[in-house]
This record gives sequence, structure tokens and C-alpha cells, in this order.
Amino acid sequence: MAKNVLDVNNLKMYYFTNKGVVKAVDDLSFTLKKGEVMGLAGESGCGKSSLGFTLMGMPTPPGKIVSGSVKIDGREIVGLPEDVLRKEIRWQKISMIFQGAMNALNPVYTVGYQMIEPLIYHKGMEKEEALDRAQKYLELVGLSSDIVYRYPHELSGGMKQRVIIATALLLEPEVVIADEPTTALDVVVQAQIINLMKKLKKELGLSMIFITHDLSILAEISDKVAIMYAGKIIEIGDSEKIYYEPAHPYTQKLLASIPRLHEDVERLEFIPGQPPNLITPPKGCRFHPRCPYAMQICKEQEPELKEVDKDHYAACWLL
Amino acid sequence: MAEPILKVENLKKYFPIKRGLIGALKGEPPKFVRAVDDISFEVGKQEVFALVGESGCGKTTTGKLVVKLLEPTAGRIYLEGHDVTELKTAEEIKAYRRKVQIIFQDPFSSINPRFRIFDVLEEPLLIHGIGETKAEREELIFKALEMVKITPPEDYVSRFPHMISGGQRQRVAIARALILNPTFIVADEPVSMLDVSIRAEVLELMKELKEKMGVTYLYITHDLSTARYFADYIAVMYLGRVVEMGPAKKVIDNPLHPYTRALLAAVPEPKPERRNIIKELPIRGEVPSAVDIPPGCRFHPRCVYAQMGLCDSKHPQLVEYEHGHFAECHLVGKI
Repeated sequence: MAKNVLDVNNLKMYYFTNKGVVKAVDDLSFTLKKGEVMGLAGESGCGKSSLGFTLMGMPTPPGKIVSGSVKIDGREIVGLPEDVLRKEIRWQKISMIFQGAMNALNPVYTVGYQMIEPLIYHKGMEKEEALDRAQKYLELVGLSSDIVYRYPHELSGGMKQRVIIATALLLEPEVVIADEPTTALDVVVQAQIINLMKKLKKELGLSMIFITHDLSILAEISDKVAIMYAGKIIEIGDSEKIYYEPAHPYTQKLLASIPRLHEDVERLEFIPGQPPNLITPPKGCRFHPRCPYAMQICKEQEPELKEVDKDHYAACWLL
Repeated sequence: MAEPILKVENLKKYFPIKRGLIGALKGEPPKFVRAVDDISFEVGKQEVFALVGESGCGKTTTGKLVVKLLEPTAGRIYLEGHDVTELKTAEEIKAYRRKVQIIFQDPFSSINPRFRIFDVLEEPLLIHGIGETKAEREELIFKALEMVKITPPEDYVSRFPHMISGGQRQRVAIARALILNPTFIVADEPVSMLDVSIRAEVLELMKELKEKMGVTYLYITHDLSTARYFADYIAVMYLGRVVEMGPAKKVIDNPLHPYTRALLAAVPEPKPERRNIIKELPIRGEVPSAVDIPPGCRFHPRCVYAQMGLCDSKHPQLVEYEHGHFAECHLVGKI
């Protein structure tokens, strides 16, 4: 049995805004095993990116971790001072491929210059040694090693995304969080990047959290899927279970809204309404105002995650 | 195919690239981006015709040519038998635009943030002089909003765009196109910026409006799954050319062109059992620049089947292989 590289327990991260407290990550618990890829899906504003940032120990201000624990490779990171987080945790233990990161490459520095920064700060490497290492990783992601001397504008979108992936892997972290790594890429390039991530998972035994709103992409890579709605995980389980036997009405609706390439779909389903405001989420089950099966109890009491099947949990009163 | 309402013949759009002073003095030939390079197709009445391809393949340029936001370099566009490229005066173009409307990709930038929803929808009516009094226009606006299921309309008309969600914004954009009662709508990636659950809602709405109002769509997208769901016909574009064209299901279930095959292989599907298979895509490299288009078949440098001596020198023709199913490739049937 593979060990847990990530152990999250009752994690809460709230944004303290002038208008009130936004409960973006509200009491989440899950684990990630070594070599496992967990997909995290949900509509915009459900808290999936906020969770990513929280796991890095850097919730975006005015966000704060309110309670709970995040253990990376057995080490608790909630409550660690900023300098320890920076020196010992981020990029070393956990790294992140940010959404749109390929557009954040600095246009006036070469790719190599930007890649080796963490190696120099974290490992105290000399420039030559660091460049050597960067070249090794560029080859690993399918680029030629002389890319280190190129400027970002000389690269295509897909190449830039590969550079970002290589940079996230440089310090050999235990966990990599990939936040929408393929949005803004063309279909063919997207498929190539997914293939690359599958290859890295196989060759390096990478443990990854893959965040996207696109359930089709998620299915291509995830061993395990967690569906988030309004700051909560409402269903979590093995991919096959989630895709073929979804238990929560929200997951069922999401899956029924995807047009299929090789199947005839008479009518696409959609979920009427919008996700709730997270300052004053609805009482009871947060999905009840949009749920076609809502009952009286759904409006009053919040459902807990229940085991539907082996390693398959859902939070719904219908179960 | 139903009786064609839109006919595009040998359409070309070249964008000139500025030469530097030195280039001009040296007498270098002027260069062009060949965004749309000699394409022809027909769209049947009340049908959905999808233009599919990667960024830079010329699909949006084609859409803009159809609504006359751009003037073609060469070629003809006919709507209901009338030559659109002949329309020159502002009056004629205005009358044309009443019949042909466009929905843009990004509802966040295609709607004026300083306009209330009422003003957004009133503008086309004012421009085209529809509705004499404000009360008449209000009735039309309410009707259009109800049509796109923004109900009750009186709750929304005085809101600003930032006060409604992305899906609602895109529906307002659709209402703005519909309010003139057009016969033809160009929808340029209307759902690609939206969340998955809302995507389905907008697609369903557009489908319903097609049946109710008898609109014909030119649906521009990079997403083959939505094209198969929404469109009757699909044309796959590559570097300014239509490389394959036919009934949607035929193109997807029996693709003839290697590029279509590669695109299809790249589409992710919600089937988790595929996660442990690394399927190499049958395509090489990246899209070349539309300035230096490769000789012969323009797909040959990326094609895994390319035969040197044939594909790199001879330009293939768009040939009909099955009824209504065309492809532009030397190797159809041999691969």
C-alpha cells in the first residue's frame, strides 16, 4: 500500500472581506497517495483554486486558514512561519502549476535564468550546475535543452506550458498541484500536454492534484476524483465510480451536460440557476436550491459525506 | 442538404504585412498572411454549419467576412441568392446586417459595461429604426429576453452587465442578435468561455431558437464534441483551407483527412479507463505561420502519412468521396 503524501483534515480557509466572510474552503478532508492523481472539479467559484493555494500554504489575501490540518509527507504545514514555508515547503515539498502561468514568464529574461532561481535559492547551487539540472528537466518534458538560452517570446504556447511544468518539477516535490494547466491551449496541444503529464506520472511516480472544470480532461488523467460545490467536497471516489456510478445529483447533472464525441445525446442536461454566494450559503445542503430532488430535510440539515461504496463517498440526503 | 441560404465561393482574405523601409528599397515582394485561402461551402436553410479548427486556421476570419466586418480579397458570398460582396453603400450594408447577426466569444467584452441591459438591446432597434415609441421597443426587448429565458425581464432590464452571470450575459448577447429577427447568425465560439454546466444551457437554447425562429447558424468552434452535438455539417479548416467537409456524424465517425483524425484523437472524453493509456497523436510539430505556407499539401510537414514527391509538391484538390463528404488529400483511401 502506497503511503499518503498528502493528508488534509477538516481544512477551512475563509476570505475575510469587507462584505463578510467568504467560506471558500469549508471543512475539507481527503488524502492523496504516492503516485496518485486526484482530479478536483467544479464550477467557477466553487473554491477549487482557493484549495490549491491553501495547500501551498499561501491563501490569497484576505484569505486565512481558519482551522484544520495539511500534512505533506507527514509534516504539518498549517501554522508554520512564512520563512520556513518558503525555505522548506514550497517547491521542495509541494509545487504548483498556476493557471495561466505560461503568460507570467518574464519577457526580458531567458527561460534558463527564470528556471534556475529556485535551485540557487533552495539548493545553493552554482549557476552552471543549476543550468545543467534545468536542461535535464527540459528534456524530460520533451523540449530541447538549448531552450534555456531562449526568451519566452520565441516559444509557442505549448512550449511555454512545458517550461512551466519543468520548473514545477525541478526541486522534486512530493506533490504537484496543476491548476487548469491546459486551458487556453489548442486541442492538439492540450492533448500533448495531457500525454506529457501521464508520462511523468508513470515515469516519476508523480503525485498530483489536477484542478479543472472540464470533466472530460479530468477523466484522461485522474485515478480519483473529488467534486466540489460551494466550498465543499460533495462527492469523492475512484474515477470509475464517479464517472459510471455518480451518486450525487450534482455530479450526475455535470456528467449529463457534456456533449459526447461518439455517442448520440438527445438533449444535454444543465443545472438551472447559479452557485450560491459563499458569504451566506443556503442552509442545509448547499445544492438544494438547484437540486431537482430536494426534500424538506435538504433545506434544514447539512448532509455529511457517507460511504456509498468502497472508497466512494457522497454528501446527499437521498442516499 | 436543404436549399442553400448562404453560398461562399472561392473566398480569399489576405492580410498584407508591412515591409520595413529597407525591405521596400531592396524591392522585396510584399508578404501576406493568407488567413482564408480559397474556400467554398454552402449552408442550407435552418441548418447549423460548423467551422472547426485550431487557432489561426481562418475560421473567425471567415465568420467576419460573412457578416461583412471584413472585405474579402477575392471570391463571392451569396445570401439568398444576392451577392453580398457587391454591397457597397452604408445603406445596403445596414440592410444586410439586419438579416445577418453575430454572437461573439466573450460576453464580458462584447457588451458595453456602461449600458444597462435595456440599452444593450435597444441599440440595434434604434440603429435600424424599429419600433416608433419607447413602449414599442420595450415590448420587443421584453420578448427577446423571454426568448432567451431571462425572466422576468423587468427584473433584468435596468441591470448593468456586471450584475448578471456569465451565462446570462451570453444569453443577452444572443437576445441582441435575435431582436432584429435575422435569418442568419454567425456564432463565434459562443460557449467556449462558459462553465461546462452553462455551456449546455446556452447550446440547448441556441438549438431551440433554431427550431422556433428558423435561424440558420454558422457555428465557429474548436470543440468537435459540441460541433457534433449542435451542427448538421462540419467543415474542418487548416491554415486557411477547408480540408474536410461533410455531414457532422460522417466527418466524426469516418474522418477522411489525416488532420481530422488527429483532431479527433486529441479530443478528451469522459472515460476514465483511458487514463493509463498514452495514445500518441498522429500529428507532428505545430501549426506553421500563415505567411510561409508549405508547398504542396499545406498539412504535409505535420502529416504522419505524407509521401515525399507527392504531398510536398502537388496541391491536392477538394474531392467528393461519398455523397456530400469532401476531403482535400492525395491519400484518401490509401491510409
